[in-house]
Amino acid sequence: MSEIRASSVTTSGAPQPTSPTGAADREFTVKERSQLQQAFRRFLRHRLAVLSLVLFILIVLLAFVGPLIWKYKYTDITPDNSQPPSPAHPFGTDSLGHDWFAQVLRGLQQSVKVALCIAIVASTLGVVWGGVSGYYRGISDSVLMRLADLILTIPAIALAAALGNIGGGTWWMIALVLGGLSAPLVARAVRGVVLSLREQEFVEAARALGASDRWIILRHLVPNAFAVVIVYATLLVATGILSETALSFIGFGVHPPDTSLGLLIYQAQSAVQTRPWLFYFPGLFIILIALTVNFIGDGLRDAFDPRQTRQRR
Amino acid sequence: MTAPNVAEPAVSTDRQPVLAVHDLVKHFPVRSRGLVRRRVGDVHAVCGLSFDLFENETLGLVGESGCGKTTTGRLLLNLIPATSGEVVYGGRNLVELSPGQMRPLRRDLQIVFQDPFASLDPRMTVNEIVAEPLRIHGLLGSGKQARDKVRELLRMVGLNPEHGNRYPHEFSGGQRQRIGIARALALRPKALVLDEPVSALDVSIQAGVINLLDDLQHELGLSYLFISHDLSVVRHIADRVAVMYLGKIVELADKEELFTRAAHPYTQALISAIPLPDPRKERSRQRITLTGDVPSPVSPPSGCRFRTRCPKFADVLSEDERQKCVNEEPALIDRGQGHASACHYAEAMKLV
Amino acid sequence: MTAESNIQLDRRSADGDAVLEVENLTVEFPTEDGVVQAVRGVSYRLAPGEAMGIVGESGSGKSVTSMAVMGLLPKTAKITGSVRFRGEELLGRSENGFAEIRGKKIAMIFQDPLTSLNPVYTVGRQIAEAILAHNDVSKKVANDRAVELLATVGIPFPEQRVNNYPHEMSGGMRQRVVIAIAMANDPDVIIADEPTTALDVTVQAQVLEALEAARAATGAALVLITHDLGVIAGHADRICVMYAGKLVEKGTVDEVFYEPRMPYTLGLLGSLPRLDEAGRERLTPIVGSPPSLMHLPPGCPFTPRCPLAQPICEEREPDLYGTDQPGHVAACHFHERLVGVTPGQLFRPTSADTGSVAPANLETQQ
Repeated sequence: MSEIRASSVTTSGAPQPTSPTGAADREFTVKERSQLQQAFRRFLRHRLAVLSLVLFILIVLLAFVGPLIWKYKYTDITPDNSQPPSPAHPFGTDSLGHDWFAQVLRGLQQSVKVALCIAIVASTLGVVWGGVSGYYRGISDSVLMRLADLILTIPAIALAAALGNIGGGTWWMIALVLGGLSAPLVARAVRGVVLSLREQEFVEAARALGASDRWIILRHLVPNAFAVVIVYATLLVATGILSETALSFIGFGVHPPDTSLGLLIYQAQSAVQTRPWLFYFPGLFIILIALTVNFIGDGLRDAFDPRQTRQRR
Repeated sequence: MTAPNVAEPAVSTDRQPVLAVHDLVKHFPVRSRGLVRRRVGDVHAVCGLSFDLFENETLGLVGESGCGKTTTGRLLLNLIPATSGEVVYGGRNLVELSPGQMRPLRRDLQIVFQDPFASLDPRMTVNEIVAEPLRIHGLLGSGKQARDKVRELLRMVGLNPEHGNRYPHEFSGGQRQRIGIARALALRPKALVLDEPVSALDVSIQAGVINLLDDLQHELGLSYLFISHDLSVVRHIADRVAVMYLGKIVELADKEELFTRAAHPYTQALISAIPLPDPRKERSRQRITLTGDVPSPVSPPSGCRFRTRCPKFADVLSEDERQKCVNEEPALIDRGQGHASACHYAEAMKLV
Repeated sequence: MTAESNIQLDRRSADGDAVLEVENLTVEFPTEDGVVQAVRGVSYRLAPGEAMGIVGESGSGKSVTSMAVMGLLPKTAKITGSVRFRGEELLGRSENGFAEIRGKKIAMIFQDPLTSLNPVYTVGRQIAEAILAHNDVSKKVANDRAVELLATVGIPFPEQRVNNYPHEMSGGMRQRVVIAIAMANDPDVIIADEPTTALDVTVQAQVLEALEAARAATGAALVLITHDLGVIAGHADRICVMYAGKLVEKGTVDEVFYEPRMPYTLGLLGSLPRLDEAGRERLTPIVGSPPSLMHLPPGCPFTPRCPLAQPICEEREPDLYGTDQPGHVAACHFHERLVGVTPGQLFRPTSADTGSVAPANLETQQ
């Protein structure tokens, strides 16, 4: 068989014949990166998400740093009332002479705080709730899920309106109540994911390797359920902003003299025709936050799913 | 139930078993539907198995779906609790150990799963997957040392260590199965349960993985319990073969014995049913076709479990002889064929 | 392209009337990432009553080929070439045009019987419906025929079994019901796509027996698609080997099994562990993976895995060349070099697999 060329493939890691799909093959990196670093790199490739993240950070910075350097406090009453936007008052003023930019900054701050708090409370509670329910199953699952069903039947806004006043309308009370009421949503979703994940062979493989329950939950179940949690958390930020707005709008959220985006819109509703700036500036920020947060969530979900190879631009 | 007599195969009498299984039983409860889930019966998945796995040998465990071979593999590693019986490793009965007591022993007993897609966490890189067992047992070390360990494992299973940064979905099925093998080998186990490790792979790829398992056994002195439905693969890789039917071993013999002098009618039917990739042989073959389906493991037949499908029972035996099959469960003993089989009327037969 | 060798091949088996003629069939699936060339110029002729096996590994295009023949591909698929049933062109027909032929003249059996049976009707009713769809007979006649058909495919107590629902039957039994439905209208061609892949070996033997019984009863030609070379060896007269969307070798089973002329076929045979051989000689795998069907380079798609590869293999894709046997063709520039070669002489008994897989390829698999 001398005319047959010997196989170029050997048993050790010698050079391989180049793949015919070399062009489509991705270049491989010799440097080893952790999962977090790789996720970060994938996130950076999602342009809209990165843009949204930058914008969102700017909004948050504006909300928290802005009031410290702006010349008016939100409580200040200036002699100019009902002014349209001008260099002195970029967002104009209301009929009492409040500088509207200072008002919007304060409202933004309160609303962002409430929304983030709702998202954090609901996701944390929901992950533990759903995780325990799905992983341990049995009686604890039945009890936890019936409780979730019960809570979901309660009209959230009404209960929040009632409970929110206990703390005298402070923002954190509203956030806690709304967060707690949203947690069953996350819990249900997480439970579903965990239920299917725990039957996967890779979880059994981890158990065969001697991994503890804690290890399996933290290393395998939570990262794999992450996409679902992220989607819910971002949805919750967006709905959180809207719930807070709704509560304040009907008068059960943040009370004057403090303010929030919802309250500002409520106060400006009669002025939509005559002094539109009072209405549109807070509204613009509500839309911006809801949009950017959703895009960030999109990017995060893709970044944490290594199977997602196609990039959206 | 009394333990059936297991005939020790001739070659292994002087060797010490790594794993000794005695009268292993697993019943899964069947519950009624509805709010109060009463236990209405049991699936008799594994019923009184006894066998030894010796050092540096491959024991093939073959049978069709639902015969309990996969459950047996899980029971051996105490991944599911046994109903009764013993799995003895290093003088300890694994069945009685708590998860905490079991943990250090997991370093010695590992498993490779069938599905190369489901058995790897899709969110971990290959490096992380292979390092995981070392990390769990605190053996990974750090920095370059850890990296070298992982690279060495990848090289050992015939993968390019440069690809360690990639995710499982970027590999072919055969390569994924190799990752699973590298993970199982990370702790330097003594025995591996291989649960249909090549069944999901295309033939041209499967051969490479079989060769790899062969090499690793020679290099590392591993013992394999090779679970498979594919007798051709088992004939290639195993030293001894146990044939299972409905939760019981019906025949246990050295490989050559089994394939040249199969004694149990089920083994004979199984061997004759496998198509050979050889047109001439295939045209001239004697084929024993079974009728009917495997009975439900919730209520297995009395006496010999195979009698409902047994061609011998149906066509050859007299009424008196049949009574014995119905009333008396055949023990797994040598009836003059040179190896153990669980048939009252065992007769050796050459089928390939 | 392959016309020359095809004529040569088919002169013997099909003087005049082939039941099914597939000519230069190509199937492309446009995707977001590019065009997947699932089938690239497949031609074969099926003589009446003949059994032809199509063998190939996952992603070789063997199933897509027969789906295209049956007109079962989604609308997005771009199909060119020609498929003729008894001289009538099938490609480009409307859905109704296909339905006339499908089930009556060409029947199909799929891998998973559950998807081809309707869970809410008894199997007897489903067989009867298949008969009534193409024949003007009374319900009573159709029902009697259903019992008859169940008996033919080896189902015990067919009179009782006709009243069973699919979920009351085992997998092997259901597949035999599907075979009964397939033969209900006395088809001229039965296409069986991995009919026994999901079944245990002892059940597989029963189902293959039922398939043989169906062929004997109807005289239909059979296209048997499988990855199992053993099944082909016992149940086909001729065999087509597919790789990367193309036929790479074609001939009688004896020619292809005993004297393969395409390195891929030889490698496939060398990769098989054998039930009928003792000894522990090493298997010889084909290293690497099949190429992505998305960005196929010019030349022979087997080149990167081929121990015989020469520069020409990367430049020009080989036609199906005739070999020393009249009906035996192989798509290899160096097919003469395989005369008398065993797999062990050509392929290494390696255990490594260090190649990399193109991500595009993987996406199409999942």
